[in-house]
Amino acid sequence: MKTNEKEVLFKVENLKTWFPIKKGIMKKTVGNVKAVDDISLEVYRGETIGIVGESGCGKSTLGKSLMLLEKPTDGKIMFHYQGGFKDITKFSKQEMFEFRKTVQMVFQDPYSALNPQKKIYTSFEEPLKIHGYDTREKREEVMQRVLKMVNIQPDYLMRYPHEFSGGQRQRLCIARALEVTPEVLICDEPVSALDVSIQAQVLNLMKDIQKELNLTYLFIAHDLSVVQYMSDRIIVMYLGKVVEVADSRALYDEPLHPYTRALLSAIPVADIHVEKKRQILEGEVPSPINKPSGCAFHNRCPMCMEQCKKQDPPMYVDKENGHMVACHLYEGKMMTGAE
Amino acid sequence: MTMTMDTKEIILDVKNLNTSFVSDGKEVRIVKDVSFQVKRAKTLAVVGESGCGKSVTMNSVMRFLGKNSRIKADNIQFNEWKDGAVVEHHLEKIENNNDIKLRKLRGPGMSMVFQDPMSSLNPVYKVGDQVAEGLREHTGMSKAEARTKVLELFKQLGIPDPESRIDNYPHQFSGGMKQRVVIAIAMICNPDLIICDEPTTALDVTIQAQIMDLLKKLQLVFGKSIILITHNMGLVAEMADEVCVMYMGRVVEFGSRKAIFDETMHPYTKALLRSVPVLGLADGQKLETIPGITPNPADLKGGCEFADRCTHCMEACRKQEIPSFEVSEGHMVRCLLFEKKGRAV
Repeated sequence: MKTNEKEVLFKVENLKTWFPIKKGIMKKTVGNVKAVDDISLEVYRGETIGIVGESGCGKSTLGKSLMLLEKPTDGKIMFHYQGGFKDITKFSKQEMFEFRKTVQMVFQDPYSALNPQKKIYTSFEEPLKIHGYDTREKREEVMQRVLKMVNIQPDYLMRYPHEFSGGQRQRLCIARALEVTPEVLICDEPVSALDVSIQAQVLNLMKDIQKELNLTYLFIAHDLSVVQYMSDRIIVMYLGKVVEVADSRALYDEPLHPYTRALLSAIPVADIHVEKKRQILEGEVPSPINKPSGCAFHNRCPMCMEQCKKQDPPMYVDKENGHMVACHLYEGKMMTGAE
Repeated sequence: MTMTMDTKEIILDVKNLNTSFVSDGKEVRIVKDVSFQVKRAKTLAVVGESGCGKSVTMNSVMRFLGKNSRIKADNIQFNEWKDGAVVEHHLEKIENNNDIKLRKLRGPGMSMVFQDPMSSLNPVYKVGDQVAEGLREHTGMSKAEARTKVLELFKQLGIPDPESRIDNYPHQFSGGMKQRVVIAIAMICNPDLIICDEPTTALDVTIQAQIMDLLKKLQLVFGKSIILITHNMGLVAEMADEVCVMYMGRVVEFGSRKAIFDETMHPYTKALLRSVPVLGLADGQKLETIPGITPNPADLKGGCEFADRCTHCMEACRKQEIPSFEVSEGHMVRCLLFEKKGRAV
């Protein structure tokens, strides 16, 4: 996959989202939770980019930062906007309003994302009212259209959220996000609250909708097999940093980073004939407040070298296929370079 | 299945267990005619989606259910191994949930690891005391003796720095460590049978791998029998010796790990195996879906519970209660497709 063939939609440069820890009467900042720590990435139009990592690695914060639901501490988020790139952290109120129409979000828990006291109709009407669909007919036309896309009968609009199953609710959330005809959908763990048989329904539906509307997905999940099924490219995160970026096939066939390898080997396979060399990681993810020096993964890494303890590894890039990895093992074998 | 049971080999035998709950004056059947056996020092995996009754089945065996539950069974027999001989316990005859016989079994005989380590520990007691509680209750040990036992167990379970961790409170532990403490509570009285109810659902995959590895070791070293309740077919493939697939309160398929994965029979098991994304799927390959949603158990009519979502559904499926057919030794399928291939059980 070559960069220049594809239209870049998001260009994130050195993004940092830190949460200060305050103590004492003076509310002095005593430390930072570095949820997203110096991340650079590009998102192309029409692709699905998967973000995967264990809990606490900052994948949700990254998603929220891209929508400015969390204010980044530092860095730029360049968005392809009216013909040029513009930093969304410096958007005016009006620009932000327009931006929210192009980028929408689907949240993890469909049970808490819909207001239980309001009919689906009311929940669906609100974004349309805000975004200038001024007549009832116009609004209802849009509602009918999006409901059809997610295979839910239009007369269900007059029901309350508790009357729907988890899968239906998640489909409703997707439908609501689609109302304002967005180009990008940020999906934060959209299927992790659902049962396996329902998961497949929602995943397939999301794929169909993407084809139909040429959407760009940012698909955040902790389940590597779900991410691999959905994505064209995958970003693996560990403690607020990107450790590996690759095409989803390449990541599975040829994982480079020791963390990615461990993550892949930890997934149980529903096939009794697969002989797997299980590589069990010792310990747990360290706290993002006091990160280990050097490479954040070094204290759990089976291939840790002296250098790893002192020096943060740069991002090494395979120029041919765009496979990127942040690990000292590839020093000299691959080129370094900013993304 | 022979009529006389080898009580040395079989640790738990459940026959025709029925559990129902009374709500709004109506009795809703949640677990229907469930029968299974657990072999000593082996792992039985119970799989199914949420609401299929897998947890209720195990809670019925342990008698952890509330006052609105009704439990009936032909046989719930627990064969305890005590001082070189087998002691049979017939739990189906016990009426009171707090019966002294039952209380003596829970802990030293069989114990349970619950799903959510975050909420199954008491936040205001030190973890060491919570683990020691069962031991002191059952053996009357002194505090100091119990403490050394707990320390020993913490070391075995791989909790780092046990001497100082034993006096910590649950909030000072991470999720994976809390789950180890919960396992310690289940293990402290040295039970023969450990029932693990989705022990790793709340945890990350790398931590899940650690916990599963630990359970396997416990089984190898101490010969524990394990019932693993899960919805993850991957874990089943890795852990189980025998598999019990449940759907809407019924065992739809039961067999050895090999039978379930290589000779999958029931349409539901097949669908369950195919609807999960696996790593390395070919590009453009679509997931199979099970149409429809899991029905509400109160709305079920007669006939096969899976009929409305089944692609092989026949007319006969909706008319009668489906019997179980034994298609090969120890491989049971509750589906009319196999009426001619197997012997009705």
